[in-house]
Amino acid sequence: MLKAIVTVMLKKGIFDPQGRAVQNGLVSIGFDQVKKVRVGKQLEIELDMTDMATAEASVHDMCDKMLANPVVESYSFEIKEV
Amino acid sequence: MNWGVLLFPGSNCAEDCFHAVDKILEKPVKYLWHKDTDLGDVDAIIIPGGFSYGDHLRPGAIAHLSPAMTAVKEFASRGGLVIGICNGFQILTEAKMLPGSLLQNCGLKFLCQDQTLVVDNADTPFTSEYTSGDVLVFPIAHNEGNYYAAPDTIAEMEANGQILFRYCSPEGEVSDETNPNGSINSIAGIINRTGNIVGMMPHPERSSDSVLGLSDGKGVFVSMLKHLEATQG
Repeated sequence: MLKAIVTVMLKKGIFDPQGRAVQNGLVSIGFDQVKKVRVGKQLEIELDMTDMATAEASVHDMCDKMLANPVVESYSFEIKEV
Repeated sequence: MNWGVLLFPGSNCAEDCFHAVDKILEKPVKYLWHKDTDLGDVDAIIIPGGFSYGDHLRPGAIAHLSPAMTAVKEFASRGGLVIGICNGFQILTEAKMLPGSLLQNCGLKFLCQDQTLVVDNADTPFTSEYTSGDVLVFPIAHNEGNYYAAPDTIAEMEANGQILFRYCSPEGEVSDETNPNGSINSIAGIINRTGNIVGMMPHPERSSDSVLGLSDGKGVFVSMLKHLEATQG
């Protein structure tokens, strides 16, 4: 059994209003050192697979078809054995 | 001449769209189901607003992979008229049938208000009832209506007259102050390059029946009807 941890973020340069709200929130409770926050999504996907290379290809396919919108989002992932 | 209103789990503006065709245009209309692979005999398709699949992942991200969307793409590739309103617009961008994407409103608030729009291009099958520069009032109701596309895509769309509606002041002025959701260039509605697929965040179906107090939206459906009548004889 393998597990993929997929991270989807808004692409660089695209304004993230949610990140800005979190940033303002952190600063307002005293974390003055916070300069920027970006909010993304993490997906944990359990895969009934054993071969790492095939799993990587499948997860790429999932990201391209549904999990990320390439117009505004980028993705990255890691796969580990569970 | 048959119209179809495409239903997904979570669509909630379908009856308003159905009403606009059935009672305002007085034309035959039927519901299409997201699992349909054959849409039957339709001449125009409306993808209504709502929260298809609960807007999970991203609005339209799951809906655009439905079997019916393959049929809608095929219908559009033959030149069929398709209009996506609100969530329907989001579904069409996810399906890559329209450029760009709809991001979260820049103010982080769900917007539900009457909104003034200015017509940018009245020379399309969806806007011929209007004149460029007309200021209209349509309701908006969305959380992800902040239109984004890459700068070169925007430049191309502007040059090709693909912007149909922009958010504006009651006087018709377009500025950052009158832009409710942060959309690039105040874009509220667009058309594809071929001129048969439209996406718009404002709701023409909610402003088509004067009994509801607004009737500016009727022009969208009447424009489509006139185009169909002219092209189908």
